[in-house]
Amino acid sequence: MDPTFFLEQIFNGLGYGFMLFLLAAGLTLVFGIMDTLNLAHGSLFMVGGYVSAAVHVQSGSFMLAVGVAVLATVLLAALLEALLVRRLYSRDHLAQVLATFGIVLIADDLVKLVWGPSPIMAPTPAQLSGPIDLLGLPYPSYRLLILGAGFAVAVGLYLLVNHSRLGMLVRAGASNRAMAEFMGVRVSKVFAIVFALGAALAALAGALMGPISAVSIGMGEAILIPALVVIVIGGIGSVRGAFVASLLVGLVDTAGRAFLPPLLRELLPPALAADAGPAIAGIAMYMLMAGVLVFKPSGLFPARA
Amino acid sequence: MSAVLASRFLMGVATLAVGSMPLLAQAQAPAPIKVGVALDISGPFAAPGAEIRDGLNLAVKLLGNKLGGVPAEFIQADMAGNPEQARQLVDRMIQREKIDLFTGPVASNVALAVGPTLFAAKVPYLSPNAGPSQLAGAQCNAYFFGTSYQNDSMHEAAGQYAATKGYSKVVIMAPNYPAGKDALNGFKRLYKKPLADEIYTKVGQLDFAAELAQLRAAKPEAVYIFQAGGMGINFIKQFMAAGLNKDITLISSPFTADEDIIPAVGSSMVGLFNASSYAHDLPNAANQKFVAEFRKAYNGRYPSLYAAFAYDVVMNMDAAVKQLGGKVSDRPALVKALKSASFDSVRGPVKYGNNQFLIQDYYLRKVVQGADGKVTNQLQPGKVLTAHQDAFAGQCGLK
Repeated sequence: MDPTFFLEQIFNGLGYGFMLFLLAAGLTLVFGIMDTLNLAHGSLFMVGGYVSAAVHVQSGSFMLAVGVAVLATVLLAALLEALLVRRLYSRDHLAQVLATFGIVLIADDLVKLVWGPSPIMAPTPAQLSGPIDLLGLPYPSYRLLILGAGFAVAVGLYLLVNHSRLGMLVRAGASNRAMAEFMGVRVSKVFAIVFALGAALAALAGALMGPISAVSIGMGEAILIPALVVIVIGGIGSVRGAFVASLLVGLVDTAGRAFLPPLLRELLPPALAADAGPAIAGIAMYMLMAGVLVFKPSGLFPARA
Repeated sequence: MSAVLASRFLMGVATLAVGSMPLLAQAQAPAPIKVGVALDISGPFAAPGAEIRDGLNLAVKLLGNKLGGVPAEFIQADMAGNPEQARQLVDRMIQREKIDLFTGPVASNVALAVGPTLFAAKVPYLSPNAGPSQLAGAQCNAYFFGTSYQNDSMHEAAGQYAATKGYSKVVIMAPNYPAGKDALNGFKRLYKKPLADEIYTKVGQLDFAAELAQLRAAKPEAVYIFQAGGMGINFIKQFMAAGLNKDITLISSPFTADEDIIPAVGSSMVGLFNASSYAHDLPNAANQKFVAEFRKAYNGRYPSLYAAFAYDVVMNMDAAVKQLGGKVSDRPALVKALKSASFDSVRGPVKYGNNQFLIQDYYLRKVVQGADGKVTNQLQPGKVLTAHQDAFAGQCGLK
C-alpha cells in the first residue's frame, strides 16, 4: 500500500472526527452540566441538514444556507428548551430518554410532512465539487472545507470554555453543579445558553454533512449513536474528552473500513472475508469504547471527580 | 320518536335508496376486471414506486380504463415497502375486492412475502420490478410472471460488457446484503475473469471516503457498482469529487443511472456506462409511442426502466384479456393467455421462458448531455446480450 493511501485515510478520519465533535460537544455539555440526556440532539442535526439543503437550492448560496440553517435550528432549540427540556432537569434519566425520544419521533414525522418521505439532495457548492491537489493526492476540496470548519470550531470552543467567563461558569456547573449554584452561578441560565450553542453546532454539522451524505429522515438517529459513543469515551461533560474521542472514533472507524476488509481477504477465504470485513469494521468503534472503559471506566477525561 | 327525528330517519332511508340505485343498475353490466396494485409511495422505495405508478397510470389511461376492451378497475394502495403491510393489503384485496390480477411491489423481499397468498388464491402476479432468484428457480410458480427481469440479469449484462471491452483489472462493489451479493455474482458469472477486488459496503452507507481511497490505491481500469437509491447518488457524486473519473471507468447498474437518479446527480454523471434491457430511445414503434405519451403526461420527463416495465405489465394484461374475450374467471386459461399473449413490449421482441421470466435483449446505455441540454441515457449501438435467459430457469419445474 502506498503512503498516499494512508494520508487519504488520515484526512478522511479527521474529517469524520470533526463532524462527530460538532455533535458530541453540544451533547456532552448538556449532559455534563444539567445531567440531562437529550436524544433529540440528532433531530437538531437533521433540521440543520434539511433547512440548509432547502435554502441552498432556493437561493444558490451555500454560505447563506448554512447561516439560515444554524439560526433556524437555534430558534427551534430555544423553543424546545423553554417548553419541554427545562421541565426534565429534575426528572430521572428514564423520563428524559422517553420525552426526548418522543421529540425524535415527532421531528421525523414533521420533516416527512414538510419535505416528503424520500431523501433530498443537498447540492455541493460548485466551486468545491472537484478535487484539489494535496501533496500529490487529489483530495475532494469540499472535505477539506469540512476539516477546516471543524478545526476552527474546535479552537473556538477551546477558547470559549477555557478562557472566558461563560466557560468558567460552564466548567463549574459541569464539575459540581450543587457547589456552583451555592456560589451564586445561575446554572439554569448558563444551561439555556449552552443548549442553544449545542444546537448551533449540531445544525452546522448537519448543514456541512448534507452535501456528503444525502439529507434524509432518520439521519439524526444514525449519527447520534457514534456521538454518544464519543461522549462516553471522552468522559461525560468534558469538551476536551469529546474532542480527543471524536478524532479517535473518526480515525478508528475509517481505518476499520479501509484496512480491515483488504487485510481479512489476505487471511480468510473470500466469501468469509466479504461477510466478516464490513461486520468487524462496523463494530470497531464499539470495541474501542469497550477497550477504553476497561482502563478508564469514567472516560478519558472525566469532568467530575 | 319525535316528528323531527322521524322525518330525519325517513330522509336517511330515502338517501340510501337513491344512493344505491346506480349500484343496482351496475349489477346488470358485466363486472369489471379487478387489478390489485400494491405500491411503494412512501418508504425506502418511494422513488422507484412513483415511477411504477406513473408508468402504470399512463397505460391505464391510454387503454381507457379497460383491459382487452372490458372495463377494469385498478385498486391502488400504498404499502410503504413493508412486507408485512403488503401481505395484509394483499389479503384484503383477495378477500374483499376479489381481485383477478395483481402487480406493484418494488422489492424482492415483498414479492417473496406476498407470493404464496396470491398463488394459493390463484391470482396471477405480474412483477414490474422484483425478480428474485427463488421465484425464477426452484420456487417458480405458474402464477408468477417476471415481466421485468431476473435480479441477476442486469448485472450479468454489465459483466458481459466489461468482458467484451477487455478490461482485465476490475473492482466490483455492492452493499453487503442478499441483493448486493446476487448483483456481484451476476457480474462475475459472465465476466468470468478473476477480479482485482470485491468491496462490500454497509447497507444504507452514504459516505464512501474509505472505499474511494481503496479504489484509488487499487488503480483498476474499471469499477462496477450496484448501489440503489441515495447510496448510488452519493457514491457517484463522491467518486467525481475525488477526481477518480479521470483514471477509472465507472460502470453502473441501470438502477444507479436511471432517469429518476440522473437529475439528482446532474452533469457529473455524463460519460457513465450502464447496461439495461430498456432504453427510452429504443427505436421500436411501441416504445416511441410510450415515451412520447409519457413525456406529454409528465412534464417532459423521460421514463425510467421501472415506468417502462410497469407499462408493459398492463399491456401484457390487456393482450391476455383480449385473447380470452374478457373471461378471466378461468384462471388456468388466464395464466396460459398471459404467458402466450403477444403484446408489443417497449423493449422490442420479448417472450417468456419456461419459468415465466422474460427472455430479452440487453443494451448498453451511456449518460450524455442531450441536444436540449438535458442529461439523460443514450442507447449505444449493438447489443450486450441477445435473447438472454436467466441462470435459474433450469431449476424451475414448469414446462
